[in-house]
Amino acid sequence: MAYSDKVIEHYNNPRNVGSLDKKDPNVGTGLVGAPECGDVMKLQMKINPDTRVIEEAKFKTFGCGSAIASSSLATEWVRGKTVEEALSIKNTDIVRELSLPPVKIHCSVLAEDAIKAAISDWKKKAGEGDPAAQTSAAQAHS
Amino acid sequence: MAIKLPIYMDNHATTPVDPRVVDAMLPYFTEKFGNAASRNHAFGWAGEEAVENARAQIAQLIGATPKEIVFTSGATESDNLAIKGVAEMYREKGNHIITQVTEHKAVLDTCKRLEKEGYEVTYLPVEKSGQINLDDLRRAITPKTILISIMYANNEIGVIQPIAEIGKIAKEKGVFFHSDGVQAVGKVPVDVQKDGIDLLSISAHKLYGPKGVGALYVRRKNPRVQLTAMVDGGGHERGMRSGTLNVPGIVGFGKACELCRLEMAEETKKLSALRDRLRGAIMSKLDETFINGTMEHHLPHNINISFAYVEGESLLMGINDVAVSSGSACTSATLEPSYVLKALGVGEDLAHTSIRFGIGRFNTEEEVDYVANRVVETVNRLRELSPLYEMAKEGTDVSKMNWKTA
Repeated sequence: MAYSDKVIEHYNNPRNVGSLDKKDPNVGTGLVGAPECGDVMKLQMKINPDTRVIEEAKFKTFGCGSAIASSSLATEWVRGKTVEEALSIKNTDIVRELSLPPVKIHCSVLAEDAIKAAISDWKKKAGEGDPAAQTSAAQAHS
Repeated sequence: MAIKLPIYMDNHATTPVDPRVVDAMLPYFTEKFGNAASRNHAFGWAGEEAVENARAQIAQLIGATPKEIVFTSGATESDNLAIKGVAEMYREKGNHIITQVTEHKAVLDTCKRLEKEGYEVTYLPVEKSGQINLDDLRRAITPKTILISIMYANNEIGVIQPIAEIGKIAKEKGVFFHSDGVQAVGKVPVDVQKDGIDLLSISAHKLYGPKGVGALYVRRKNPRVQLTAMVDGGGHERGMRSGTLNVPGIVGFGKACELCRLEMAEETKKLSALRDRLRGAIMSKLDETFINGTMEHHLPHNINISFAYVEGESLLMGINDVAVSSGSACTSATLEPSYVLKALGVGEDLAHTSIRFGIGRFNTEEEVDYVANRVVETVNRLRELSPLYEMAKEGTDVSKMNWKTA
């Protein structure tokens, strides 16, 4: 299977590999996928509670080159964005950017899921579990 | 000496044609191009003589007589002809076939086709070693059983089945025994008499011959096996397989078999030494690596290793100057990991992390060392990237976690 240049580039030089302290109240952790399916992504974000800006993002991924590239790209994209902006990233954006073939679309879906899971974990820690409360909290901060 | 990249170490998929084989073939494209079935001129006679010479070379490698060799387009056709040919010819005697779960698709899909036509097929399981259990085989045989089809050696894990024992059981019960010998013939001593094989599929391109040529050994005595032909036409190959013979391919096939027969003892020593060197160099430097299938009954040039916490396709991508195969789902269109590894009881998580190394006649020690280094370096790098490796190091049992599968 031929990979796009961007996938190869991310695979060879993955951005933001590593881990953040998952006990830190400002860190949200998303762990998605399953080993039996051949893909597991862990995406972590450090979020400023006042500005809601994602100041740091780290990932580790077990999976094929496209899964590694999708998660590497996701960390690049979420950094500097607000939580709300990050939530608007769609898997199709990742597919386009990395020119993923149809059999690899699930990798981009997983990356989108990882972003959502990390943010939802952070919100839970920040006491924003209820979706209604999420909106009001978001407004209160803006 | 500088290593030439990329390195080919996927010799279960195919092998390069030995230059000595190419030399033997060349005259049969241009000067001696006759149709081996042309009985009335010198061009035809030259073709026929070459084919008969090759037939003898192939027969000699497997302890058969030349008349028992039927040429085909390759082992997939040989498997089809053996299984469908026996099934149809002996339909009145019975409709039951026994095979096993780690067979090549050429056997499994042929059996599935026969099931649709009303035949019954038993798929024996394999043990963790990769071998079938002989008691399972004995129990599976019924008065309706007409054929047992068990491969000589597996193409993914290199495990050799207890062929002579299977042959004995088949003979006792009066059932024909077909074996897909693609990975074994030319690599380990195969003898249709000692092994009690009645039908044996062989492929030229797996033993340093050309693609597009194969053979089916069909026993003529004790017992005589008859087949219903799949291809009708001019009645070539004693009516079992019509079609003009691929003379240059057959000449190459014969020469390749002769070389294997003459050089097998030496070559086996060399290949198993290289394989053990590769195994040592990789497994001494990496923890949590597992060999799939028993090494006790094993092809000399094969090893299949799972690298826990590293996905196979990403490993292949990291060693992109080395040609090997992975049991990972991502390398196939199906997104299912290898059915062979699953049959051994290898967990799907580990099946995704497996690499098959197939060392060949032209690999060198330098190449083996290079491959081992690349694998070790890439596995280490990918484990640094792997959340599963991190969790395992923290003491989490990754296999016991509650993963939400889609």
